[in-house]
Amino acid sequence: MTSIILVVATRLIFPLMLMFSLFLLLRGHDAPGGGFVGGLMAASAFALFAFATSVTRARDALRRSTFRLIGVGLLFAFISGLPGLFAGSPFLTAMWTSAEVPVIGKLSSVLLFDTGVLLVVVGVTLTIVFAMAEADEEEEE
Amino acid sequence: MLNAVLAGFVLAFAAPQVARHLPRQAGTIAALLPAGIFVWLLNQAEMALGPGVVERWPWSPLPGVTLSFHLDGLSLLMALIISGVGALILIYAGAYMQGQAQAGRLYALLLAFMASMLGLVLADNLIALFIFWELTSITSFLLIGWHYQEERSRAAALQALIVTGGGGLALLAGLVLIGLVSGTWEIAGLAAQAGTLQDSGLYLPILLLLWLGAASKSAQFPFHFWLPGAMVAPTPVSAYLHSATMVKAGVYLLARLSPALGGTQEWSLLFMVTGLVTLLLGGWLSLKQDDMKRMLAYSTVSSLGLLVTLLGLGTKLAAEAAALYLLAHALFKGALFMVAGAIDHASGTRDLRRLRGLAGALPTGALAAGLAGLSMAGIPLLAGFAAKEFIYEAALFSGGSVWLLTLLLLAGNVAFVVVAQQMTLRIFSGASLRFEHFHAPGVGLWAGPLVLGALGLALGLLPEVTATLAGAAARAIYGAPVTIHLFVLPDSVTPMLLLSALTIVAGILLYRRRTKLEPWLNWLDQGARLGPENAFRRLVGGLPRFAERVTDMQQNGRLRSYVMWVVGAWLLLLALTWLLRGGPGVPSDLLARLADLRFHELVLVVVILAGLASVMQANTLLTLIVSLGVVGFGTAIVFILFGAPDLAMTQFSIETLGVILFVLVLYRLPGMVRLSPRRTVLRDSVVTGLAGAVVTLMILVITDVPLVSPLKTWFADASEPLGHGHNVVNVILVDFRGFDTMGEITVLGIAAIGIFALLKLRPGRGGESKAGDGEGRT
Repeated sequence: MTSIILVVATRLIFPLMLMFSLFLLLRGHDAPGGGFVGGLMAASAFALFAFATSVTRARDALRRSTFRLIGVGLLFAFISGLPGLFAGSPFLTAMWTSAEVPVIGKLSSVLLFDTGVLLVVVGVTLTIVFAMAEADEEEEE
Repeated sequence: MLNAVLAGFVLAFAAPQVARHLPRQAGTIAALLPAGIFVWLLNQAEMALGPGVVERWPWSPLPGVTLSFHLDGLSLLMALIISGVGALILIYAGAYMQGQAQAGRLYALLLAFMASMLGLVLADNLIALFIFWELTSITSFLLIGWHYQEERSRAAALQALIVTGGGGLALLAGLVLIGLVSGTWEIAGLAAQAGTLQDSGLYLPILLLLWLGAASKSAQFPFHFWLPGAMVAPTPVSAYLHSATMVKAGVYLLARLSPALGGTQEWSLLFMVTGLVTLLLGGWLSLKQDDMKRMLAYSTVSSLGLLVTLLGLGTKLAAEAAALYLLAHALFKGALFMVAGAIDHASGTRDLRRLRGLAGALPTGALAAGLAGLSMAGIPLLAGFAAKEFIYEAALFSGGSVWLLTLLLLAGNVAFVVVAQQMTLRIFSGASLRFEHFHAPGVGLWAGPLVLGALGLALGLLPEVTATLAGAAARAIYGAPVTIHLFVLPDSVTPMLLLSALTIVAGILLYRRRTKLEPWLNWLDQGARLGPENAFRRLVGGLPRFAERVTDMQQNGRLRSYVMWVVGAWLLLLALTWLLRGGPGVPSDLLARLADLRFHELVLVVVILAGLASVMQANTLLTLIVSLGVVGFGTAIVFILFGAPDLAMTQFSIETLGVILFVLVLYRLPGMVRLSPRRTVLRDSVVTGLAGAVVTLMILVITDVPLVSPLKTWFADASEPLGHGHNVVNVILVDFRGFDTMGEITVLGIAAIGIFALLKLRPGRGGESKAGDGEGRT
């Protein structure tokens, strides 16, 4: 049921969607966006990819197990809380550096936290999508 | 003191490792800890007997919840029993288990129990006391269920846990009330508040809750039945938990709180009646038992009843008698249990009818049992004698109905004399029997009972030591200075001495004619068994049936009925609250406001409504999904129009993903079938319609109330300077309320794992092999 139009379109759209996801994440602090929407966007990209090709290839493209994404995301969120702790403030107190990095802007523990949210959302969504799609492909076999 | 308590928990984890590498010596090695604590306690004795030792470890920001310890006379006595008997029990357990593979678990649990029990008697904070109390219930549960492969053990363990755990809950309520009424959570400060507590209207509830806790833990009537049941545990456990220590926890609690709560009529009535009923019931039921352990268990129930009676009496003499008996009982009952276990170990039976003439084969056992039995019977020169003298003295000078009390105590004590003879004369004297697989137990099994038996003699011969120890404990129970005067042998004939003699004579006569008692005892046994234990069984048996019925009604596996319950319950609660509390009224100019609707807003409303109508009418799944999508996207546009771009974006993404998910499962689903009859559809429509209407109305009403909250402006103002961001929503999510978000993503992750398991582990499709697939392919 692979459609050539879908495959070609996906090849074009897939990187754009991932970039858009990153864009949403980075601008999220000042304008509409953020880790949650960014995560949904990235997950949609991979879901589209899975449609156009197969779940196996989508998983390969993802490189990491969806569960690992969840785990790493939670770890990021947790780690982002530690600097505040070391600075003598409560856990998860936002810490900002004055270093201005091009594109990203000021580095902060908040960005790490939001990245964690993004990874968890991607992991969760894809865990469900892939599991459903796999059940589907098995049926076809 | 914290170290002493924590060491037990920490070493409990090491015990299985030790047992694996040194199976033969592990018990003795584990015994080093309680032995060390015992020595340390002796070292502290001078301080404890004087001003007392106090330790405080604040650990929680909640007021009143500190981990504080207080070592005074009563704690010292209990702690010495716990650690001393504990050391002997671990040595005994080492020999009893003979290096079995599971032995490490037993040592670990015994150590953990010992630590909990030490914590319980040392704790000076009501909450800390409760936590240790529950820990002893849990370790006791695990130890009773030691032979977890057997149905009987599991049932007994569960019974003990439900009874003591249920009592524990009542106790928690009681302790919280005590804390609230008195204003102090430190037990040492309670005595000063005795007046406040006893004059308070909550005094009676406190007393009843306390009664539930103490009576269930210390196996008082009507909760006594769990203790004989607990005898399915290995004998070291029975000897340690269920005679010498844990079952004393309730008694200890009463003793500890009696300066604050005792001395009233209610207190005396409640605990004396409970105690006396238990004393007689346990004592006479013990005469009927053929199993050594069950006999000792009933006798323990009886002894606990005696202690509760004395604490209920609450006079100075009663406090002295309670302290003396507490000490003497721990020694002789622990020893007798260990003897019973050793005999069981050697001959393979605990049945009194099949045991006799063991003195020749087990001379050491005969000596240990003899010493313990003499103390139990209250023969002069032994610790039990002084205790019995004081019990009678307390009764004779009680000032109430002296003769009735004395008579009842006499009746209870006679039963102890009979049990003492059963455990000595009956099994050790006479012509010896031949057992097929008889093997004499080694030194490990005899060391414990011998030491405890000898201690009973030593304490009888060293009255100063006994008097000092028990006197300090009695002071804590009575709440005022107490000095006990003890003699090795009585130098004059007193009424108490005559009563003691009468007890022994009556006990011997009864022992000789015990067969004549059978019919009476059978009758008593039937009544006692059918009463509380049966009620408990019915209650515990009925609960699952009740739960099943409720579950069947609420959770019948149909998604729509779940939704129905949730929405219905929510609707009912909301509507009730609104009506009863008289919430704000509906704004009067509702219709007038409709005129403000702009054209594009109206179009949107029409689109959403059309989508909804289409959902209701849909005949194929595809139509259904697309129609739902229309509703979803329409809602997202509403978000955009009214200034919530973040929300709208998320809604768009979710809708898109939702469509993708539906497409994935679409053609695996059966065709669209309308299952519900018209009536159900009508009912569902009414409920959902109502829910929607109520929500709309609520929103209208709520937005009409001027919002006086500094939060909105605060977040808007603080977002940039504090959070370095202009997107308030995002700043709240990742910064101000970051902890909430962290909890949410954790829940998300767990939910994903759950969904994955549901999708992959379908029964009947070889689910298990597929579970690994997802991981394998990545």
